Amino acid sequence: MQDTPFELGGLKFQSRLIVGTGKYRDFAETKAAVEASGAEIVTVAVRRVNITDRGKENLLDYLDPKRYQILPNTAGCFTADEAIRTCRLAREVGVGELVKLEVIGDNRTLFPDVAATIEAARVLVKEGFKVMPYVTDDPVTCLRLQEIGCVAVMPLAAPIGSGLGIRNPYNLAIIIEQAKVPVIVDAGVGTASDAAEAMEFGCDGVLMNTAIAGAKDPIAMARAMKLAVEAGRLAYRAGRIERKLYATASSPLSGLIG
Amino acid sequence: MSDSIATSITLNGDPYPLDGDTALTALLERLSMRRGRVAVEINHEIVPRARYDETIVRAGDHVEIINFVGGG
Repeated sequence: MQDTPFELGGLKFQSRLIVGTGKYRDFAETKAAVEASGAEIVTVAVRRVNITDRGKENLLDYLDPKRYQILPNTAGCFTADEAIRTCRLAREVGVGELVKLEVIGDNRTLFPDVAATIEAARVLVKEGFKVMPYVTDDPVTCLRLQEIGCVAVMPLAAPIGSGLGIRNPYNLAIIIEQAKVPVIVDAGVGTASDAAEAMEFGCDGVLMNTAIAGAKDPIAMARAMKLAVEAGRLAYRAGRIERKLYATASSPLSGLIG
Repeated sequence: MSDSIATSITLNGDPYPLDGDTALTALLERLSMRRGRVAVEINHEIVPRARYDETIVRAGDHVEIINFVGGG
């Protein structure tokens, strides 16, 4: 059953799993986990270069931008202006126009500031960025971001790093039904079944970091997530059976030994 | 020690010595930073990659150099 490629802002991908690169022990482990995940898109953060430790290796030495689509994020930004500035800087590194927009509204929950996210998205889309906003699982916000011209919407499943799984499947179902752009569940995945569930709902992709990097064996979990996203996608396309309250026998009722 | 008047810029928030006007390309080389790995802002203005050669860093400038680090 040949799947259609995953299209994102005019770019085509085979893998529907997007992985973050934070919280790993070192760049070698990051690289091994990304490889095991089969992801073609990896998120990165934008930070000041360490001037005093110049011998330090660069993340891109381990994740070749020719092989991976680098997706810079605006993590740590609390205003639209900060997020816009971060995206403009990220673009000048020269890895393309795709950006993961996140404007955080609260430090404890890391929930997005929706108004600021919309404001930043508007500016960035006008400047030619392909914007992928991290948002609350709110159908109306996702509609607005789609109207603005974002290339995807990325509702959270649960708070970043919480591992709680999909907290609001019904909102997610509405978001997917309304969407004309890919819907990517971003944040909150804890284990493989969460990723499979998101894909079974009809999400176009899943983005995660902590679920892999924080696992006891990140490389094994990266592979588990690859399989889960593939299995969930395949199950979605295969079309699941209806839920019924009572049993339906799987074996023939005729020809029973009398 | 040199008798010349020390000049400096603010680089990523900290003072950094500079021997007079310096091409941005030269500064990046001195810092062992490669094009395609970093982006630069001078006095809150982003410097497009194509203009690194012609851009001059002057004493008192506020320079920000960013790169990508692990993140979600």
